[in-house]
Amino acid sequence: MADPMRIRAQAAGDKATVRVLMSHEMESGQRKDATGNIVPAWFIQEVTATLNGKVVLTGEWGPAVSKNPFLQFTIKGAKAGDKVGVTWKDNKGDSRTDEATVS
Amino acid sequence: MKSKTCVSLLLIFGFSAGVFAQKSAVQSIEEYRAMLQDGNPSDLFEAKGEDLWKQKRGPKKVSLEQCDLGKGPGVVKGVFTELPRFFADTNRVQDLESRLLTCMETLQGLSAADIAKTPFGKGEQNNLTALATWISAESKGMKFNLSQAHPQERTFFEVGKRLFFQRGGPHDFSCATCHGQDEKRIRLQDLPNLTKNPGDGVGFAAWPAYRVSNGQMWGMQQRLNDCYRQQRFPYPGFGSDATIALAVYLGVNSQGSASVAPAIKR
Repeated sequence: MADPMRIRAQAAGDKATVRVLMSHEMESGQRKDATGNIVPAWFIQEVTATLNGKVVLTGEWGPAVSKNPFLQFTIKGAKAGDKVGVTWKDNKGDSRTDEATVS
Repeated sequence: MKSKTCVSLLLIFGFSAGVFAQKSAVQSIEEYRAMLQDGNPSDLFEAKGEDLWKQKRGPKKVSLEQCDLGKGPGVVKGVFTELPRFFADTNRVQDLESRLLTCMETLQGLSAADIAKTPFGKGEQNNLTALATWISAESKGMKFNLSQAHPQERTFFEVGKRLFFQRGGPHDFSCATCHGQDEKRIRLQDLPNLTKNPGDGVGFAAWPAYRVSNGQMWGMQQRLNDCYRQQRFPYPGFGSDATIALAVYLGVNSQGSASVAPAIKR
């Protein structure tokens, strides 16, 4: 199973800034290992963010995103106490969902 | 004649504008680092390390919570800035990583020799780095204060100092060749002068660190062993006396400087 994400969400005024750190290898499928074989591609394909269960952001990611990616975005109208959820799904079908409370 | 003067004047203006518009390399790197600071992936390793500390593992199915890192069993806060130090139970000077190895053997029943032999970035070595990352983070912002009270600690300092200046390898250079003068750099990488106190969060005070370029988390042991690799020497070994002696020398030199570990590097 994948390692947990770190999600920080901070409200300021009428919006909240969300910072997400995901733990993922993000193999591009272009690299070769020591024996010359191609390391199979393994990367996050879908990212979804929710605010109190309602989808506020979706993204399609590719192999160009770095290892252990960092994502930052703002949600309008989010206030302290709201729940922000982030889900990713990779090309191997693995997925991970984590939740944080806006502070 | 008149038109020629005009042209040369234009050229001068053109050049000087170029100089003013260009940011210095150091400024650009600082900007890049500031951008990275917000999402330091070492957070992920910290979380993993904290979890590992509390997890019952090894043949004995015990957690590391009774591990004595120098301030008594189970105390984590503030230990990082006082290591390496002398430990009476093992009768040797140990740094954080070699001390963790001792705990993993005595408490959890894992083989310290096997883990020390494991290449960096593989198997238990990854767990060890995560643990070191979390423990260093617990002392973030605290000032280095290494003990030099025990004769062995003073010996290690002296040995570390000599190793630092010992030239060798096919290129015949020492640590001091690159880290013995102020304001030097290799390409865009600033080289701190480690023969004296390099200041807050520089040199010894900046490891463990996450390296963005290869996506790896490195502890001080890997940092020091890799310095020897750059010197075209074989690794002295994980937790070897040589690397610990160097750590004592660097740590004592950093006396009073604040630790920023776990840091983020290019």
